[in-house]
Amino acid sequence: MAKKETVVETTQAVKPTETPIMIDAKVPSGPLAEKWKNYKAHQKLVNPSNKRRLDIIVVGTGLAGASAAASLAELGFNVLNFCIQDSPRRAHSIAAQGGINAAKNYQNDGDSVYRLFYDTIKGGDYRARESNVYRLAEVSGSIIDQCVAQGVPFAREYGGLLDNRSFGGAQVSRTFYAKGQTGQQLLLGAYSALSRQVGKGAVKLYSRYEMLDVVIIDGRARGIIARNLVSGKIERFFAHAVVVGTGGYGNVFFLSTNAMGSNGSAAIQMYKKGAYFANPCYAQIHPTCIPVHGEFQSKLTLMSESLRNDGRIWVPKKKEDAEAIRKGTLKPTDLKEEDRDYYLERRYPAFGNLVPRDVASRAAKERCDAGYGVGATGLAVYLDFADSIKRLGLDVVKARYGNLFQMYEKIVDDNPYETPMMIYPAIHYTMGGIWVDYELQTSVKGLFCIGEANFSDHGANRLGASALMQGLADGYFVLPYTIQNYLADQIQVPRMSTDLPEFIEAEKEVNDKIQKLLSIQGQRSVDSIHRELGLVMWDFVGMGRNKEGLQLAIDKIKAIKKEFWTNVYIPGKADDLNVELEKALRVADFIEIGNLMARDALQREESCGGHFREEYQTPEGEALRNDDEYAYAACWKYMGEDADPVMLKERLDYEFIKRQQRNYKA
Amino acid sequence: MEKTINVTLKVWRQAGPKAQGKFETYKLNNVSTDSSFLEMMDILNEQLISERKEPVAFDHDCREGICGMCSLYINGHPHGPDGEITTCQLHMRKFKDGDTITIEPWRSAAFPVIKDLMVNRGAYDKIIQAGGFVSVNTGGVPDGNAIPISKIYADEAMDAASCIGCGACAAACKNGSAMLFVAAKVSQLALLPQGKVERATRAKAMVAKMDELGFGNCTNTGACEAECPKNISISHIARLNREFLSAKIKD
Repeated sequence: MAKKETVVETTQAVKPTETPIMIDAKVPSGPLAEKWKNYKAHQKLVNPSNKRRLDIIVVGTGLAGASAAASLAELGFNVLNFCIQDSPRRAHSIAAQGGINAAKNYQNDGDSVYRLFYDTIKGGDYRARESNVYRLAEVSGSIIDQCVAQGVPFAREYGGLLDNRSFGGAQVSRTFYAKGQTGQQLLLGAYSALSRQVGKGAVKLYSRYEMLDVVIIDGRARGIIARNLVSGKIERFFAHAVVVGTGGYGNVFFLSTNAMGSNGSAAIQMYKKGAYFANPCYAQIHPTCIPVHGEFQSKLTLMSESLRNDGRIWVPKKKEDAEAIRKGTLKPTDLKEEDRDYYLERRYPAFGNLVPRDVASRAAKERCDAGYGVGATGLAVYLDFADSIKRLGLDVVKARYGNLFQMYEKIVDDNPYETPMMIYPAIHYTMGGIWVDYELQTSVKGLFCIGEANFSDHGANRLGASALMQGLADGYFVLPYTIQNYLADQIQVPRMSTDLPEFIEAEKEVNDKIQKLLSIQGQRSVDSIHRELGLVMWDFVGMGRNKEGLQLAIDKIKAIKKEFWTNVYIPGKADDLNVELEKALRVADFIEIGNLMARDALQREESCGGHFREEYQTPEGEALRNDDEYAYAACWKYMGEDADPVMLKERLDYEFIKRQQRNYKA
Repeated sequence: MEKTINVTLKVWRQAGPKAQGKFETYKLNNVSTDSSFLEMMDILNEQLISERKEPVAFDHDCREGICGMCSLYINGHPHGPDGEITTCQLHMRKFKDGDTITIEPWRSAAFPVIKDLMVNRGAYDKIIQAGGFVSVNTGGVPDGNAIPISKIYADEAMDAASCIGCGACAAACKNGSAMLFVAAKVSQLALLPQGKVERATRAKAMVAKMDELGFGNCTNTGACEAECPKNISISHIARLNREFLSAKIKD
């Protein structure tokens, strides 16, 4: 039986209409474990001589973008690859610390493709598409093989075999790692594969270029408009298909663990050209980040989830102790064992400190809101390694986490070997993103979206070490197949001139927007407005959300939008390197994303994964899902500058596993 | 407890690659010692913007010491006075009230200035494109555990692979040599069985490209190792030399 993946159109955010429009997500028929195999067996392919005649634009050089660009070029396609940084190696995937999951079962601890699939679906709070997640689990093993072949120096056991560690939301050890720098090593692997193709001339690389629009001709994506960030020149690029892997939009919060340049602009450009923006409200708040410490702060730093393998999270049991610690009259190391509340171990005995990220984050917030928080602001909890150092010895702890401890010490000026680390949740990843079908194609033909930029595999919450897995799965093993099913019908299409009216029109729109921004000449800096937006997002669309707050947020975001478009000040010129202009273009789009997030959070009257509506919780304070009414992906369709977006639905019918209340207690 | 300091900044300003650059002096008051160096630069830029002046252009991205984008030459040191860190991990607590801080871009013939403190490090990408990879296509590779690798070699390869490609090594070197950067990649791949197949061609191709791009020669001063934010050892340069020589002997 084919799985029923339908998109049901509604006119209002909440009420379904009588005449739903069905949109095919192109999920192949057959049993779960056979779908991908069957798809590959029957899909259309492009023969080698035709591949040379087809151009593909890949935007982004992170794990998804670089691996896709390299793999497509290896196959023989002509690839144009764009990144905003000075080198493809700088993409933010590089900052991922902990590891990458794969169902290798090297540890003989009961892992399997099915178990990884199941953990991911459950971790995502039953809001991901079964078929995509199964495929992800299926190709996970090949990723490890590929990276090893590229010379990625994964951690190894003394016998020479690959080592594993555990991550949140799993009861097996399936996480492969390279010290605390796994993202870096995997990205450098993809970067080296990409560089090899650049050296051969199969990929033309455009670094310090920023995509500013996607060009649609006769309903198909046929190119992009990009700005040369050094000269400021706006340029047009044609391709037979456009692939976007530009990462997530977490910087809508201003303070996040994302890189300063990470942005959601490519997503908004696609959205405005007809691609649906799915589940924008699903944002992941990572429990182990260095707490906010001052107003001048520009970003937050993540401490890898891997630390929860050996660190124990606690706050004082008594409020007066917490107060004394906040005042600086009591040291955490002076607090007796019985006066400490290891709240994760207490609340979730089965998973303890390794509960999924959303659960751990909310538990930290709950303790701090109740008055047990530590640190000067009271918005921090302890992550303590004293027991591990006793059990394993200082050297082992140093070998495992040395670079993270060093990073912490440089920022906080505290030695985590001697005094417990302080951590607090921060925005880290966005599960929401551009809607894609089984083939990773958006609702615009010829426009594909991969990696964090799409909405696909993580549902309402992503498990640790799964982002790297998804980025590389999309780029190495999924897109290079599925894009051919599209391109096979494009072999007769000649390369088009970028002087076509559609290109000229798109370029003009971009230029007009830039001129408009530069002409405002108001009083506010881009950052000051971005910071204001971020505070609204954190206060009302952050870890805990409610109807009243979300409605307020929508009004506030509207006011911020007006302020931005009437009072921003951008120094410098359009045709020059102009960092403030770059930031302004991104903040304009963050404002749009913020609005979408608030609307999406408002319509979803349930709690699931990273989306916690305070009105919907169990008596124990756990997230309360509503599968009867909200088992769908919310897909937002752009209706024009002055109209409200319309929400469409992709129903998530679970054919192979049964939805349950997530339970990490027993 | 939060402490603030007042500093004087001497910042290199250069409108474009061909423009004449010069130092501008700025005063910045009440900078929290808990702020990072780049947050201090943000404050400077906010101040310049409020005075309707052009902010200082500088490269930065992840701000957690791993992307390799930030590249400031501070008081005569790449990435500033603290050890084993990138510019973004430097904090103002390393400076004293009343200090004058000199901020320049990387100074290296192979890294031309783009604007102010931003330089073009495309040369490093070109060196990798010349041979810094294992020639395998996606798919069709053996199982990850098919070839056991000694933990000692894997760890050493990891140390070499920690290079973030920031360019501090070449910027620190009086000869403007990129040897530490090249050595890190050659060494990483030479230590692993997967990289051994192409070790000779790789060493030759990468060294040839480095020479072609205008990087200087290595005279073993060790400045690169001392300034490397990732503490990459010059013992990798020794391995590169062995790789290169043995490749040349076979020619």
